[in-house]
Amino acid sequence: MRRFVLIAVPYLWLLALFLVPFLIVLKISLSDVALARPPYMPQLDLTQGLDGLLTFFSDLDFENFVFLSTDSLYWQAYLSSLQIAVVSTLLTLCVGYPIAYGMARAPREWRPTLLMLVILPFWTSFLIRVYSWMGILSTEGVLNQVLLFLGVIDTPLQIMNTKTAVYIGIVYTYLPFMILPIYSALEKLDESLLEAAEDLGCSRMEAFWLITWPLSRNGIIAGCFLVFIPAIGEFVIPSLLGGSDTLMIGKVLWEEFFSNRDWPVASAVAVILLLILIIPIVLFQRNEQKQREAEG
Amino acid sequence: MKTPLLSFTATLALLATAAQAQEVRVYNWSDYIDESLLEKFESETGIDLIYDVFDSNEVLETKMLAGSSGYDVVVPTGSFLQRQIMAGAFQKLDKSKLPNLENMWDVIEERTAQYDPDNEYSVNYMWGTTGIGVNVNKVKEVLGEDAPIDSLDLIFDPANMEKLAACGVYFLDAPVEVIPAVLKYIGEDPDSKDPEVIAKTEPVLMAVRPYISKFHSSEYINALANGDICVAFGWSGDVLQARDRAAEADNGVEVAYNAPKEGALMWFDQMAIPVDAPNPDAAHTFLNFIMDPENMAAASNYVYYANGNEASQEFLNEDVIEDTAIYPDAETLENLYTFTPYDQRLNRDVTRLWTKVKSGA
Repeated sequence: MRRFVLIAVPYLWLLALFLVPFLIVLKISLSDVALARPPYMPQLDLTQGLDGLLTFFSDLDFENFVFLSTDSLYWQAYLSSLQIAVVSTLLTLCVGYPIAYGMARAPREWRPTLLMLVILPFWTSFLIRVYSWMGILSTEGVLNQVLLFLGVIDTPLQIMNTKTAVYIGIVYTYLPFMILPIYSALEKLDESLLEAAEDLGCSRMEAFWLITWPLSRNGIIAGCFLVFIPAIGEFVIPSLLGGSDTLMIGKVLWEEFFSNRDWPVASAVAVILLLILIIPIVLFQRNEQKQREAEG
Repeated sequence: MKTPLLSFTATLALLATAAQAQEVRVYNWSDYIDESLLEKFESETGIDLIYDVFDSNEVLETKMLAGSSGYDVVVPTGSFLQRQIMAGAFQKLDKSKLPNLENMWDVIEERTAQYDPDNEYSVNYMWGTTGIGVNVNKVKEVLGEDAPIDSLDLIFDPANMEKLAACGVYFLDAPVEVIPAVLKYIGEDPDSKDPEVIAKTEPVLMAVRPYISKFHSSEYINALANGDICVAFGWSGDVLQARDRAAEADNGVEVAYNAPKEGALMWFDQMAIPVDAPNPDAAHTFLNFIMDPENMAAASNYVYYANGNEASQEFLNEDVIEDTAIYPDAETLENLYTFTPYDQRLNRDVTRLWTKVKSGA
C-alpha cells in the first residue's frame, strides 16, 4: 500500500501537469478558429448532456495538421530550430567541457566556490541577462566601443539581430546546464586510472581521450539534452537578440497565437513540436536509466 | 509542499486588501503616461492602482479573447477594438458615471465611431499618426541634403534603403501599420480588403527587406535616441519621445518625425472596460479621472501624443499643441487615412505575407 502511494504521487503530478494540459492543447488543435471568447469552436456544452458531447466530438477534425503540411513555412521553421539547437548545443559543449574539467581538477577546497560561481547568474532574472547582451552586442554597444577604441576593427561589427547573437545568447544562458552534469561526472573520476595510463606509456592527450572522455560521456549526454531540448523551443532569445530572418518554431507559434489569433493552428504547431521533442526526451531517459543501472 | 501554503497566504493577503481598499487594474501601452498621474489618481480616489504595460495590440487581444484577464481598463487601437467588441470582449460604458465625457472632442469622436458606433464601449485616450522617424544628420550624411525624410520614398525605395541599411532601419512589427502605408505608396486604397490588391505589397516589401535591421514595435525609441539606427517607421509620439530623450542626453543625435506627405495612417487608442472586469465601478472612476482636462493634458505633455479631449487643449504645452507632428494642421489632417480590421481569412494571409517579409520564408 505504501509503495502504491509513493508511486501514485509522481504519476498524479504527471497526469495533472503534463497529460491534462496536453489533452487540452490537443483538443484545441482539432477545433476551428472563431471570432469569440475563447476564439475557437466547438465549445464543450455539458448542459446538453450526451448529445452535446457527441456534436462536440463530431466537430473535431485534423484540418489544422493538414494545413501545416501545405505551407513550407512550418517545415522550414522546425528545421531551422533543429539546426540552431544542434549548433548551440555543440558550442555549449565546447565551452562547457573545459570549464567543467577545470573545476573538477581544481583544489578540493575551491570547488564549492567555483560551483557557486556557475550557479550565480541564476540569481538575476533571465530576461535581464538577455537584455544586457543587447547592450553589449549592439552596434553602439560595449563590445564594439571597446574593439573600436583598441583599433581592432574600423567599422562596428553587426552582431546584434543576427544568428550569431542568438548562438551567443543560448550558449550563455544554458551553459550551467552543460557544466553541472559534466562536472559531476568528472568529479567522480578515479585519478589513479590516469596515473596508470601514463605509467603504461600513454601521453596525457591519449589518456584524456581513452579514459577521461569516455568516463564523462554520461555527463556530456545529459548536458547536451538539457541544452538541446529547451533550445529547440526557445522564444525569448531569438526574439530579443535575433534578426527578423531568424526563423524559429517558438516565434512561429507566437505569430499563430497572437497575430493570427488562430489558437487551433498554434496548438497544432505545439503538438508537433512536442512529438519532435519526445524522441530526444526518451533517449535522455534511457541514458539516465542505464547510468543508474550501471551505478546500482 | 511549499507552494499551496504560499498561494494560500497570498490569497489571504489579497482578500485582506480587497476588504480594505478598492483596486483597479489598468493595462496600457508602454511609455504612454506621465507616471505622476498614477499617484495622483491613488491619492484623489483612494483606489489602489495596478498599472501594467504591453507593446503590441496582438498581446492585448489574446488576453481579451482568452478572458479573465483580471484587468479593469485596457487600451486597444481602434481596428482591434472593433473586432474585440464583435467577439464580446467589452462592456458598454455607463455614461452616467462619466461626467467628464463632455470634455471630449467631436472631431475625434466622429472618427472613432467607425470602430465603436456611438462610442458606446470606449473613450479616446490618445491618437496619432504612423510615420517616419529619422536621425537627421545621419540620413543627410548618407543620402545628401535633400534626403526625402517626409516621403514614403525614403523607406520603400530600395535605392534609398540600400544606402540607409548601414546606419540601421527599424520597422514596426505590425502588418496593419505597414501594409496600408505600402498601399498608399503604390497608389492603392490603404484600407483595401481585396486580397489581390494586398498581394501587390509583397514585391515592394521584399525589395526593401534585406535593408531592414529589425521589425520591432517599441525598441526603436531607444535605438533612435542612442543613434543606433538612423530611420524608424513608427508611431508619432514614440519618435518624438526619442527626439526628447536624445536632446536630454545631449548626445548630438537629432531626431525628427514626419507624417509621410503621401498620406499617413491615423490611429486611435481607446480606453475600454473588459466584460469580465473585476471592478467596473473603479474602472469608470479611472476613465473619468483621465478625461479630466488637466490630467489628459499632463499625459499628452509627457508622451507627445495628441488626445481626443478638447477641453484639455488649453492646458497643453506649446511644444505639443503647436507641433504639427502632434496636432496636424487642417491640410495634413485632410491627408490622413484610417484603417478597419481584416476578416479572419485575410488576416491569416496578411500575417503569412508578413512572416515572409520578415523571415524570407
